[in-house]
Amino acid sequence: MEKFTIYTQAKSSLGGKRSDTLTGVVASGNLEILFERKGEPLAVIVEVMTASHGYQHVWEAVIKDFVARVSPGGMYISIHDNGARPDTVLLRLMQGARLMEARS
Amino acid sequence: MIPENVMNQPSWYESSARARIEGLLDAGSFKEILGPQDHVMSPHLALFDLPPAFDDGMIIGRGLIDGRPVAIAAQEGQFMGGTFAEVSGAKLVGLLRAVARNAGTPQEVSTVFLLLDTGGVRLQEANAGEMAVSETIHAILDVRHAGVPVVALIGGRAGAFGGGGLVTACCSHIIISEQGRISVSGPEVIETNKGVEEFDSRDRALVWRVTGGRSRVLLGGADSYVKGDIGSFRKAAEVINNNAPPLSLETLEREQGRLEHRLKAYGNCHDTPEIWVIAGLSTPAGIADLTEDDFIDLLVKEGVRHDAR
Amino acid sequence: MTDWTKQKAERARRVAAVTSLVSGKVVEPENVTSLLERIICSGDRVCLEGDNQKQADFLAESLTRVDPAQVHDLHIVQSGLVLSEHIDLFRLGIARKLDFSYSGPQSGAIARALDQGKIELGAIHTYIELFARYFVDLTPHVSLIAAVSADRNGNLYTGPNTEDTPTIVEATAYKNGIVIAQVNKIVDEVPRTDIPGDQVDFIVEAPRPFYVEPLFTRDPAAVTETQILMAMIALKGIYAEYRPRRLNHGIGFATAAIELLLPTYGKQLGLQGEVATHWALNPHPTLIPAIESGWVQQIHCFGSEVGMDHYMSARSDVYFIGHDGTLRSNRLLCQNAGLYACDMFIGSTLQIDLAGNSSTVTPDRIAGFGGAPNMGADAHGRRHISDAWLKAGREAAGNNGPLVRGRKLVVQMAETFGEGMKPAFVEELDSIVLARKLGMPLAPVMIFGDDVTHIVTEEGVANLLLCRNADEIEQAIRGVAGYTPVGLARDRVKVEALRQRGVIRRPEDLGIDILQANRNLLAARSVRDLVTWSDGLYAPPSKFRNW
Repeated sequence: MEKFTIYTQAKSSLGGKRSDTLTGVVASGNLEILFERKGEPLAVIVEVMTASHGYQHVWEAVIKDFVARVSPGGMYISIHDNGARPDTVLLRLMQGARLMEARS
Repeated sequence: MIPENVMNQPSWYESSARARIEGLLDAGSFKEILGPQDHVMSPHLALFDLPPAFDDGMIIGRGLIDGRPVAIAAQEGQFMGGTFAEVSGAKLVGLLRAVARNAGTPQEVSTVFLLLDTGGVRLQEANAGEMAVSETIHAILDVRHAGVPVVALIGGRAGAFGGGGLVTACCSHIIISEQGRISVSGPEVIETNKGVEEFDSRDRALVWRVTGGRSRVLLGGADSYVKGDIGSFRKAAEVINNNAPPLSLETLEREQGRLEHRLKAYGNCHDTPEIWVIAGLSTPAGIADLTEDDFIDLLVKEGVRHDAR
Repeated sequence: MTDWTKQKAERARRVAAVTSLVSGKVVEPENVTSLLERIICSGDRVCLEGDNQKQADFLAESLTRVDPAQVHDLHIVQSGLVLSEHIDLFRLGIARKLDFSYSGPQSGAIARALDQGKIELGAIHTYIELFARYFVDLTPHVSLIAAVSADRNGNLYTGPNTEDTPTIVEATAYKNGIVIAQVNKIVDEVPRTDIPGDQVDFIVEAPRPFYVEPLFTRDPAAVTETQILMAMIALKGIYAEYRPRRLNHGIGFATAAIELLLPTYGKQLGLQGEVATHWALNPHPTLIPAIESGWVQQIHCFGSEVGMDHYMSARSDVYFIGHDGTLRSNRLLCQNAGLYACDMFIGSTLQIDLAGNSSTVTPDRIAGFGGAPNMGADAHGRRHISDAWLKAGREAAGNNGPLVRGRKLVVQMAETFGEGMKPAFVEELDSIVLARKLGMPLAPVMIFGDDVTHIVTEEGVANLLLCRNADEIEQAIRGVAGYTPVGLARDRVKVEALRQRGVIRRPEDLGIDILQANRNLLAARSVRDLVTWSDGLYAPPSKFRNW
């Protein structure tokens, strides 16, 4: 297993009222992502725990694209990954952000 | 032809444990206990270089069905095969004990729903898992004794195998779909121990003919049969009344009698169609291939074959 | 004086040599190996019928039992090398030379046998290419074929899995060769005559029915959200743009997802009746919902598919059905239909390089080509027009003058990462590495880049027709290659410029919300759903059941 944390900044903080949400499942080729609204309003912190080794640069690229697309400022994002491919990771991140943007 | 309104219904088999809870309970009524944000996770999986899950694959809490308060626990069959382990087991046992303790108080719930989806005990935490299974059985019996029915809903990918099969059988009522499977030893285990002539685990039609929802409900191993969409599970859950016989010596003796009779009648059969011939069903070889509606009609005609659980 | 009838005399000599082993045309199973030892001579070209589906498996097994001292150095000329017996022939020294098209499960064994010098490889062909050579320079001396039933005169019913048989028999019987058929049953009267008895020399009732592989069954339960997204991109970015009515689909999950989205997403896009009405296609179970929803007018099949026979018999307005009521497939004719009569081929691939060449070869496997190179090739002999064909041709030419001919749409679908996080996009194809290793003068490329018109990944669609030079093609490919090393090395400015020109279109450019891509969009989510759609007529094999 590999663990690392990616710190970055968004242009704006993520809208919505939800304090946290969980998306995905730790199944083979899949991952779960916990979004929590905490910390600096523009900070994005992504804590990754992954079963695949040697892909930190790919994670960084995926997170960079995600932050550029969604601007999830104020999110603390924890990930448990069981070998998901980058497109699945991006999809789950987008799903999680969409859920957090919900009004209640 | 599948009507479009059915085509787009979320399926129980495919859905995650959380989606099943969402679909089963009244909208927005679920209050989770020890949710993901509490980070109560398996302390053991890291030793095996395996990623944990925030809820350890067991989601517990309370909610409403048709406005009635219920307790609910759902296993995530896709995480580690939905296995019983230290944390997941403790969450389930804790929920059941709280239900038993709260019976007759303002915190009382009308029913406990167990959305089981499990291959049995988690091998990486085998001892804790085995204990969790026995404690769960004990706690289920206490809840039933306190007058609260415990209902198992079976229709997930992993089925209800190993200790999960035993736990299921201890419930007061079992709701199952066509894809649902209940057994103790899994098909691969039987084949490994007894040979392929005894049970060919790769013959999927055989596996479902023996362990699947239709056979289980016809034999009395399940009480309600539903179509595989979440809405059908909810409809069945809505109408559950506490009409299970009390957990008494008399009930157990009746159940023992039923099982003895079943063994005598069907003990020499090698496959379910042979059982259906003896039972006098009209299309013994074609039960698996009936449409859902035709099978449900057949069930109505046949009636439930048992009186105890 | 020249003897112009040597072949005829040789044929008569061989047939006469087995009179003691046969009763009329019928040979008993236990005599088959002896019969083969007398009928087949060392050095013969032999076709042991086997393709990607049906197998003359009993005859294959019997042929492995001949005495290699007596029968050796055979030249095997057949479309599929699929059974372990096929490889055994080379291991045992019965066969030496090989010309084939497809190997599937034996792809690893062929690579090893080649390495050990057990196989002398002629060439890896496409199906119609090999069939063409049956009539030019690879004509079989002896063909061992499979049929459902035969009468005592040798009339054969090959049934839904007719496939290669008429072509093999045509080439063999009319060039003084000998045809031996294994049949599931010898009957008084065949339900229909697929092969006339005067083209068949001997028949044997095999101890078990010939084997058929369910090759085209894709379980809807295994279709992923990524494949659904790719299918949405294809439907909106290609089907809706070009409106191809006549087409062929590959056998992968990405195209299965398209089939399952036709009645849902395709309908929302208003495409019913406008696209995908006529097909050259195997009997894909995943097409059942679209057929039942009225999308499909006609399908011609290369072969059959296990479990689909009753369904197809009951849908004779759609499929080609004999007067007996069962499917007639024909690989040669259907391949030809795919080559000349289709406006689009769309299929999955494993590897794509920066010029758009694609291959399914890996360094230790030689899987062959099957039909994909013909389906996925622009036929320069085509002269009839269609709107889709002309639109593609004009995009490629950049104008629409009277000499601008059309182009077949050849669409490659690839998830940017495959099994085990192996990138689908590479700087150099594994097949080129393999060709170097084995000293092959031509690398086994499935579809050449100059035939490919579009590449679809989960990141978007790249329209190579609109690319004007090799650098644009390279950046268009990098631009949809996701987070693979090839994708990460894109020139972001050039990729953005291509996107502005519509060469690259992302889901958001097409108005697709990626969060819509979920399994509830599929018209069927399980094999059981397909059975329900088919009114219980589809009878899937056990390995696809979960009921």
